[in-house]
Amino acid sequence: MSSENQTPVEYIQHHITNLTYGQFPDGSWGFAHTIEEAKSMGFWAVNVDTMGWSVVLGALFCFIFWLGAKNATADVPGTLQNICEMAAEFVEDNVRQIFGTQNNPVIGPLSLTILVWVFLMNFMDLIPVDFLPALAHMLGAPFFKVVPSTDPNVTLGLSLGVFVLVLYYNIKIKGPFKFVGGLFRHPIDHPIAYPLNFVLETVDMLGKPLSHGLRLFGNMYAGEMIFILIAAMLPYWAQWALALPWAIFHILIISLQAFVFMILTIVFLTQAHATDEH
Amino acid sequence: MTINLTIVGQLIALVMFVLFCMKYVWPPLTAAMQARQKALADGLQKAAAAERQLEEASSAASEELDEAKKQAAELIAQASRRANQIVEEAKNAAVEEANRIKAGAQAEIEQEVNRAREALRSKVSDLAIEGAEKILEKSVDRDAHQDMLHKLAAQL
Repeated sequence: MSSENQTPVEYIQHHITNLTYGQFPDGSWGFAHTIEEAKSMGFWAVNVDTMGWSVVLGALFCFIFWLGAKNATADVPGTLQNICEMAAEFVEDNVRQIFGTQNNPVIGPLSLTILVWVFLMNFMDLIPVDFLPALAHMLGAPFFKVVPSTDPNVTLGLSLGVFVLVLYYNIKIKGPFKFVGGLFRHPIDHPIAYPLNFVLETVDMLGKPLSHGLRLFGNMYAGEMIFILIAAMLPYWAQWALALPWAIFHILIISLQAFVFMILTIVFLTQAHATDEH
Repeated sequence: MTINLTIVGQLIALVMFVLFCMKYVWPPLTAAMQARQKALADGLQKAAAAERQLEEASSAASEELDEAKKQAAELIAQASRRANQIVEEAKNAAVEEANRIKAGAQAEIEQEVNRAREALRSKVSDLAIEGAEKILEKSVDRDAHQDMLHKLAAQL
């Protein structure tokens, strides 16, 4: 997007609007062409851009790791197998340290998928902010957000997936009665405090996936916003002076946030497996 | 920025990618890693065993070498002793042989001398008579001087 015919505010608003496909208030379906239209769609809409990139990057992860794992041997590994093994070993180490050695077929692959997928989604932030949106504009898309993890739908979708697993393991390991009972008997184990306990525990339980998803969203959204601000405020020949240092610093943030998201996934699942009353 | 159907789409995508990873990525990768770990551990163990064996073999070899050296030295000593003995025996035999030959020669010489003497003795009386006849210019009766002639021959 060029900024010659836009005010900085318009430029920024344009950059934080998704390419939305959904139901108009009049009942018909289609792409939103203005910010107002996008807002009017409500729940029955899909952010085609972030959803699309998310799926593309997830598929990229699957493809690369499938290639690396397909012919994995115990002999000297090739470059690709080596990279995949480094990632898998890193995940396995963290799982072993936090989760322990309990037998669980899901937590390892889940953590690996989340780590690499979230990293790839965050990585889209390092592509110059206007590059892909400009390409999309040439193809006729009115809006185009390229960083999936700056869309709360994406990050909350991930944390919701983890939350479903947390509920599943809570009920599977503790049994439905003990699980629901635990909501009442924590933290103060006295009948008078049961209602208060329930409120506290429910908020605590629901707050976890919310903070899990919003933490990633907030970090990536803020980082993206700074790139957009730099692009909006500075002339093109001076943008590198701020964009480059921020991009270098952002390498740390994107890796760290992917790592944090994975660690929290493991921690929540570990808590769901904990049977002792603490 | 609003929550919409994307969240459901993302949830479905997560489930699908995780299922894919569970089926096609995680098991082969971790299996390969574990197999390599095991192979490495085995290899290290084998290397340690081989090192131990090598040490044993080299100590056995040096022991054997020492033994062989000792035997060789013994053999050489024995051989030189035997050589000395043979030389000594040969010398003795030679000396003995020489003595024997010398003795034989001496005996032969003696025999020869005796034979010459006998021959001389048998001729002495004839020579004496011949000499006397020449001196006396007449024949001498051999029987008359028999005693004197025997005495002369005995003096030889």
